[in-house]
Amino acid sequence: MSETLISVENLSLSFPNHPVFSDLSFQVNRGDFLGVIGENGIGKTTLVRVILGQLHPGVGKVIIKQGIRIGYVPQFRNVDVEYPLSIKDFVALNFTGLKLPWLSKKERARVNQVIKQVGLEQIANRPLGLASGGEKQKAYLAQALINHPDLLILDESTASLDPNTKKELLDVVFRLNKTMGLTIFFVSHDMQMIHEYPDHYLWLQKGKYESGPIADLHNENKEGQYV
Amino acid sequence: MFSFEFMQNAYLAGTLIAIVSGMMGVFVVARNMPFMTHTLSEIGFAGAAFGIFIGWTPLNGMLAFTTVSSIMVGELSGAVESRRESVISAISGLFIGLGILFLSLSRKNASYATNILFGSVIGISRQDVIQMAALSILVLVVLLLIFRNLKDDSFDAIGSQTNHIHRNLISIIFLIMLAFSVSVAAQIVGSLLIFVLLTLPASSAKYFAHTVLRMMSLAILFALFGVWVGLYLGYLTNWPVTFFIASIEAIIYGISLFYNFIRSKSE
Repeated sequence: MSETLISVENLSLSFPNHPVFSDLSFQVNRGDFLGVIGENGIGKTTLVRVILGQLHPGVGKVIIKQGIRIGYVPQFRNVDVEYPLSIKDFVALNFTGLKLPWLSKKERARVNQVIKQVGLEQIANRPLGLASGGEKQKAYLAQALINHPDLLILDESTASLDPNTKKELLDVVFRLNKTMGLTIFFVSHDMQMIHEYPDHYLWLQKGKYESGPIADLHNENKEGQYV
Repeated sequence: MFSFEFMQNAYLAGTLIAIVSGMMGVFVVARNMPFMTHTLSEIGFAGAAFGIFIGWTPLNGMLAFTTVSSIMVGELSGAVESRRESVISAISGLFIGLGILFLSLSRKNASYATNILFGSVIGISRQDVIQMAALSILVLVVLLLIFRNLKDDSFDAIGSQTNHIHRNLISIIFLIMLAFSVSVAAQIVGSLLIFVLLTLPASSAKYFAHTVLRMMSLAILFALFGVWVGLYLGYLTNWPVTFFIASIEAIIYGISLFYNFIRSKSE
């Protein structure tokens, strides 16, 4: 049996006058590529925040396997055209802690490695603020990978991208999942992408949910896309 | 020029100030705090006046006021943007008013107010220089210690939320260091012109350098150039040093904006 990284049991959570989940249960095992789908506002980001430990679950249990590292790519970022850091320096931001300001040789090598993994080596020294939407998402992905995560959470990373760039980004994520066994928690409202990449799905709906292997996801919704 | 002790003091103090301002400035700009810094410096004006009133040095009065208020002012960074500006106006007004009151109560002449508001080279004693050096070294050591976490929090506020870097603590430490830097820098450029050293050099640097360490180096260079040349021109012409430093930094900033404009056109 494979190792369980996240186990959510009978989770119910509500904001004042606004129930979010009721009796939600699912598991994420090592090596899974889970697609989490649902309309905007259904609680996908809330679920991410519970898993990250930023929100306490109301009723139920959320068990994260001890000692695992989580790489997280948030949905929004404060990066405008004036943002000065190079892609390389931005990626290295996740090397935190009470250490000397300059990077060690090993850390520099790791930065170069993840930048190569996401395919940004050509523009690694350019300011992130001047990068395209797809390049930015790849830089965010590289930053989340820098500390060797066991689990990678992507919150709507493809939402603002055109179809080709979307595919390019998800191809990178797919490769990380297949070749390195990186577990993926991919949040999206794009049904087509969920059909194409993940091997499991969790579909949050009003007051209920569905989950299972991707083959069980209703085919009639294949072309449907939530806005 | 260096045969005068006050010029030696001014150059020593100016050099320290330029280094501290260049380093802190990069974070001030990244955290979008230029106006917050300016407010802190106006509070410092009231502190300096209060110091004179009760018989402290202006620097000590300034340190007391800015340190205590830095945390209070920092709480505002979370406030709604439209309201934040208004609250800052209110605080600035109140403290400048208090400063004028303290000066008037201390029965010092108007040149004291001018010195605090616009800076003065002649007023810096060897004692002040030693105190400023100690403060500067403290700021630099603390910055070195928290550098990576402060960098993450300043340049990626959203991404850093999941990094366990104690963001609140980092923010408070930064504000206290900012209070020290403001108090030190105000000795030369004055509390009204704190922008000149704590914002402009770092704002200019970000168009030429794209790593935090390089931006810092460049910001320190820009600040040093302004302070050194400004002091020299002030000595030659007997015009206010602050005028020269402000003009030099503004010109450097103008050039960087122009450079950025040209670069974006050519791409």
